[in-house]
Amino acid sequence: MSGATDEFEAVIGLEIHVQLSTETKMFCGCRLSFGDEPNVHTCPICLGHPGVLPVPNRRAIEYGLQIAAALECDVAPRSIFHRKNYFYPDNPKAYQISQFDIPLASNGHLGEVRIHRAHLEEDAAKMIHVGTSGRIQGSDTSLVDFNRAGTPLVEIVTEPDLTSGAQVREWGQLLRATVKQLGVSNVNMEEGSLRCDANVSIRPVGSSGLGTKTEMKNMNSFRYLERGVEAEIERQKQLVASGERVVQETLHFDPSSGELHSLRSKEESHDYRYMPEPDLVPLAPDTAMLDAAAASLPELPAARAERYHSELGIQEGAARLLSVETEWAAFFEDVLGSDESIEPRVAANWVTGEFAGELRRQGEQDPADSRVSPKSLGNLVSMVSANRVSHGSAKSVLERMVADGSDPEAIVREQGLEQISDTGELQRIVDAAIEGNAKVAEQVRGGNEKAIGALVGAVMKETRGRADGGEVTRLLRQSLGL
Amino acid sequence: MYSGDLTAATAAETADLIASGELSADECLGTWIDRAAGDELGAYLWRASRDQADAGTAKVGGPPSGVPIAIKDIFCTAGVPTTAASKLLEGYRPPYDATAVTRVRSAGLPMLGKTNMDEFAMGSSNENSAFRPALNPWDTGRVPGGSSGGSAAAVAGGLAPWALGTDTGGSIRQPAALCGIVGLKPTYGSISRYGMIAFASSLDQCGPLTVDVTDAALMLGLLEGRDEMDSTSVGIEGGVTRPQSEDLSGLVFGVPGDLIAEGVDPGVKAAFEATLGKIRDLGGRIEDVRLPHARHGISAYYVLAPAEASTNLSRYDGVRYGNRSPGSNLVDMYEETREQGFGPEVKRRIMLGTYALSSGYYEAYYGRAQRVRTMIVRDFDAAFEAVDFVVTPTSPSVAFELGEKTGDPWAMYLNDLFTVPMSLAGVPAISIPAGLAEPEGGGPGLPVGFQIAAPAFHEQKLLEASFALEGAIGFDGSKVRSGI
Repeated sequence: MSGATDEFEAVIGLEIHVQLSTETKMFCGCRLSFGDEPNVHTCPICLGHPGVLPVPNRRAIEYGLQIAAALECDVAPRSIFHRKNYFYPDNPKAYQISQFDIPLASNGHLGEVRIHRAHLEEDAAKMIHVGTSGRIQGSDTSLVDFNRAGTPLVEIVTEPDLTSGAQVREWGQLLRATVKQLGVSNVNMEEGSLRCDANVSIRPVGSSGLGTKTEMKNMNSFRYLERGVEAEIERQKQLVASGERVVQETLHFDPSSGELHSLRSKEESHDYRYMPEPDLVPLAPDTAMLDAAAASLPELPAARAERYHSELGIQEGAARLLSVETEWAAFFEDVLGSDESIEPRVAANWVTGEFAGELRRQGEQDPADSRVSPKSLGNLVSMVSANRVSHGSAKSVLERMVADGSDPEAIVREQGLEQISDTGELQRIVDAAIEGNAKVAEQVRGGNEKAIGALVGAVMKETRGRADGGEVTRLLRQSLGL
Repeated sequence: MYSGDLTAATAAETADLIASGELSADECLGTWIDRAAGDELGAYLWRASRDQADAGTAKVGGPPSGVPIAIKDIFCTAGVPTTAASKLLEGYRPPYDATAVTRVRSAGLPMLGKTNMDEFAMGSSNENSAFRPALNPWDTGRVPGGSSGGSAAAVAGGLAPWALGTDTGGSIRQPAALCGIVGLKPTYGSISRYGMIAFASSLDQCGPLTVDVTDAALMLGLLEGRDEMDSTSVGIEGGVTRPQSEDLSGLVFGVPGDLIAEGVDPGVKAAFEATLGKIRDLGGRIEDVRLPHARHGISAYYVLAPAEASTNLSRYDGVRYGNRSPGSNLVDMYEETREQGFGPEVKRRIMLGTYALSSGYYEAYYGRAQRVRTMIVRDFDAAFEAVDFVVTPTSPSVAFELGEKTGDPWAMYLNDLFTVPMSLAGVPAISIPAGLAEPEGGGPGLPVGFQIAAPAFHEQKLLEASFALEGAIGFDGSKVRSGI
């Protein structure tokens, strides 16, 4: 990277579409579905027949208010639905009912990122283009599946407060966890129930202006989005460094090639001819609805991470890791609850470290689906803390537990892994090791402290790993007069 | 067998004949199907067979069960062609019934047919029908008015006992006036709009076209009410009962002199003045009232209504239903479908409305027109502080000749000068026949309409006054109805 490009910083804002997991669509009574036979969940209203009228889904409004509360937004006393007009076969009325100048919620934040607005709208139908082009231009046939048409969406728009791809990923995961915790969406990016676009621009460090932005559309994971954003930041820096200008456009990032492609230039951008939707009255949530939304909030990931860190003394990284995934947080809290003597910091390290790693190794993901119960993991952690088994032995016990769900006590008993806690017995083994490795012992005494490793290894071999490494080293040093 | 002439009876009288057993519902339907079959006015776009008329009609006892109804072709009727008089929807059969249709059919009213109209309700003469103009039964060389011209011609010409219409800027009241019948535009929100093909959603309201005020009250009673399919509907508190008032004592009728000062034909003016005299005879008082912004109503209306229409009509793209004109790509298909499917007036309004909503012009046109609308709402609020009703001629002229105004859209738009302000204000307004006047250039007398507007949701009060005045006027259109 050349020196000049370092003088620029990235400015990133996100637009996130969240499909709400209501029973029915935003403005009609059709069921929501994913993966059903095409065009079975339709009616005159979501097909845009002549004469139909929209009737708002109360549950969708409640979910929207919950999201607004979780993001600590101001809720508009009377928000207005608008028509956003454009012609496309996925848009049956030729306008999408959305919100424009007075959205449901505005002026909130999640963590360090400010929320510009959150509003309610309806999703478009799904199009499938048959043929090699993959687009409507040049396709052999284009098919429309109206099952998705009219699915309730909340669109969340951040302020341009993010500065790197990694931050985009981390914050995106936090937002996803927050919405998931509310229980208002499946937040599955691959299925499209959570979709994220990023607006990326760069500016000279220290400047407060905004450069020309590009928009990256609809990546199906936050990891890809991170890579795409990093690639785009780099591209823009190179452009500017070589004296060229960033052009406003929509981009697609191909994760397999790492390349960015232009989708369409924003210069021919639509005039959506926004108009207040005359078929709907203003949305004026009453106090009871607002109170219900606030009261329904569970402990959200950001608050939980803060509590884990400040009250339980867990390191920030592990605290965030545990908080973002609700199933991990639940598992962790159950481990703690299984035995009062377990130290939270130790339990957190076991859950996010060894246990998570072992699950991954054995091809599992969700701790709730694991054969290992929080109680039995707690049991293992207690045994380690009480020095009954060594850390090394505990890892092999855990491997068995994950594989077949065995009880840790039973594994330890069966394999004779209980640590030698009798100092007298351990001292005899230490003495024997010094005797049997006189040469090494001499080197250690002579100042080559690193050589003590061989003596430790000898003791461990003799005890078949049943001794505590720290205790062995202590006894060795004592016996060697160090 | 009933030996009387059913065209001489009102719908309410027919309902009583059926209820008393003097006339069977079957006989009644047969008579009206025969009458409709003789339609030479172009009043109908589709006529039901006996079976079709009865299909979906509830078998309930009690009035007005059994009195058939004609329905403007703007209402969706399940399985029955519904075109809004547009080529674009030729052959379209909706998968559902409009709420207004459900309501009349569940009251036991068979459907005689679907009536002609201006395409997508855009017009004041019925000449914008993509299929054929409807004709005025008083003089078939003249227009019946519009956009509910087919419904008005059917009732006035004795082809239906009563009919359902819609009114956006005068589309019930003006054809009622030109055809010598009663037309009521209720308060916005009193009747569900679900299933009414939208023209300008913030103005569209359905209502009755009937022989007299009692019939209008009877039908309004069937139609009004909150509907969960239309979140802007509220109904009329207390419902609607049969009007019975015989005098107007204590009531004040406001005449907006500045609004009606110009452009009113002398014959219309004379009939209007004579009706004011009848109001005085019945004990009512006439006062001047000011609606200072009402004269800008037409200008505001012809921004707002086309703006809403431009988005409402965007769905007619040939993708899911209706006629599709093939094109070499998607945009071609859209353009060809709409080029072939829409008539000139519809295209004119779509273009006007699209322009008015365009980025950069929105404030200057749509925003400004909305502010004018707000001022007109306030004008009426203030007026109704001082008077009980506002009265005007319904239309500046009697029925004009076919083709007379088709070359001059603005002259056509001026037909709505007195009806548009009430639409913008959302208040209820009725047109009742107030006698005959010679057309400009002479000839036999043609009907003149008298418009009465009341505060929002005061339909009962409006119907009571109209009923009393109707009795004093004593208008008789029965000869035209029976076709003698």
